[in-house]
Amino acid sequence: MLSVSAITTARKTRSQARRRVIALLLVLLAAGFALTLMLGQSFTPPGTVFRVLTGEDIPGASFTIGRLRLPRAVLAVLAGASFGMGGVAFQTMLRNPLASPDIIGISSGASAAAVFAIVVLGLNGPVVSIFAVIAGLGVALLIYALSWRNGVAGARLILVGIGVSAMLNSFVAYVLSGASAWNLQEAMRWLTGSVNGAQPAQSVPVLAALILFGGVLFSRARDLEALRLGDDTAAALGTPVARTRITIVIAAVGLIAVATAVAGPIAFVAFLSGPIAARIIRNNGSLLLPAALVGALLVLLGDYAGQFLLPRRYPVGIVTGALGAPFLITLIVRANRAGGTP
Amino acid sequence: MTRHILNASRISAGYGDTVILDGLDLDLLPGRITVIVGANACGKSTLLRVMSRLLKPRAGQVLLDGTSIHRIPSRRLAQVLGLLPQSPIAPEGITVADLVSRGRYPHQGLLSRWSARDDEAVAAALEVTHTFDLADRPVDELSGGQRQRVWIAMALAQETGLLLLDEPTTFLDINHQIEVLDLLTDLNRTRGTTIMMVLHDLNLAARYADHLVAMAGGRIHAAGPPEAILTEANIRAVFGLESRVITDPTSGRPIMLPIGRHRMI
Repeated sequence: MLSVSAITTARKTRSQARRRVIALLLVLLAAGFALTLMLGQSFTPPGTVFRVLTGEDIPGASFTIGRLRLPRAVLAVLAGASFGMGGVAFQTMLRNPLASPDIIGISSGASAAAVFAIVVLGLNGPVVSIFAVIAGLGVALLIYALSWRNGVAGARLILVGIGVSAMLNSFVAYVLSGASAWNLQEAMRWLTGSVNGAQPAQSVPVLAALILFGGVLFSRARDLEALRLGDDTAAALGTPVARTRITIVIAAVGLIAVATAVAGPIAFVAFLSGPIAARIIRNNGSLLLPAALVGALLVLLGDYAGQFLLPRRYPVGIVTGALGAPFLITLIVRANRAGGTP
Repeated sequence: MTRHILNASRISAGYGDTVILDGLDLDLLPGRITVIVGANACGKSTLLRVMSRLLKPRAGQVLLDGTSIHRIPSRRLAQVLGLLPQSPIAPEGITVADLVSRGRYPHQGLLSRWSARDDEAVAAALEVTHTFDLADRPVDELSGGQRQRVWIAMALAQETGLLLLDEPTTFLDINHQIEVLDLLTDLNRTRGTTIMMVLHDLNLAARYADHLVAMAGGRIHAAGPPEAILTEANIRAVFGLESRVITDPTSGRPIMLPIGRHRMI
């Protein structure tokens, strides 16, 4: 039948277009990764970078690349991917770009717990991640409970989340200002996010979380897509709505919290990645992978720009924050014009 | 298509402290069109939600071929029972073909790839609803009538023997209302789909229903063929409205003419 083949062709064209965009993002990410290894205060030729990566010991280069640039780039990519994927999972599930974990306080909760664990309890390593995950889930539960009134409306949840987020940020500032070994770099990490001074071991929990929680999200990708049509329609299409919601919240909070426990709540990456990915992939299939790639690119390039392209050195969160703020304002203005809730 | 039997027995349901349905029984006639009518807040949408498992009843149960629908896995149920909610949401920028394709979700496993069978179902759904030419258009650019046809196409691509619709003609111009109801009748006649829908317009309900159910106060006031149900006495009892009921010269079905306090000759 002619019409069936037309449908088949259209579907194949759509999935080809999607694969092309994903391939392009992967190429950009690989190129960005390679460039950040080569470029710094001094230029390292690709050959030298390659030799360092394959384990050769080159005086000078082994230190700058192996110890400084590589761990930093790896953490940037992993944390960015975690923020991008966790963010878009929330935005998709709640059908609102403002419902991103860095706006509704989940990142701040994870950050506050990490600061508390490190500064007050003197902990470090993966146990800090566990603190952050529990705090992230706690904040998710708290804002859900606070915005509950015969069901949860998106707008109320977002407003409550913004309030909780502000409270937690002031808690972070309070703990930091009382810390004995207080320094600006650390403070910036927990307030806006930074991959400065990344150690190779720090990337391990982030990678593990990305594999575990990212895998869980991918396994629910189709249910997440169905939720975009509304809860009732999703249920009609066979999605177990309540169970899907809980699974997605846990996995997305896990991604955000573990990355935050290491790199801090890198400003607006979770918020920006999804909408950027949606723009470039034109609403063609699940946004999880595209948003993860966009998030990784944002943190990688944002960190590079913060180090070398600006008059002074800034942590990556300042750069992504500067990118995200106008977008946030645009969204709020647009929601206001529409006369409704965001 | 296999005929499935859906019935509700002694259903009570509500939200919070309010009881909306109170010990209600309903059997859908297999292969027929059942239309639910009643005043606002009489529980017709709640009944539809209970029958489609969107709302768990407090007492009683809904049975699909004799099994409680709450015991059937979500995806299995979605292969048999389709539902078009009152206000589905179209994601920004989604194309018609993409949206309709989502009707195939319940037929696809986590790993099973898109099959030729899926393409056939999507193509057939687009053809039946006359939306084939719109396939590449974004849903948010369509008119209300076109959009409703696209949503019905999605439900059709799901290929369920049972289809429940909550006010599918609301917000549509009269020509589009007729178009949608004709389309559902076609579907019922050609595929044998059992249809249950909530409608506001009594005359359209009487015209398109095989089985008309009038609800009042969370119970079924009367149910049966439209000729027996759309009567002046029932309208008075269910809506508290005086009316005249005459026979529609075209369809032979009853139509009601409301009597108000003014404009009488």
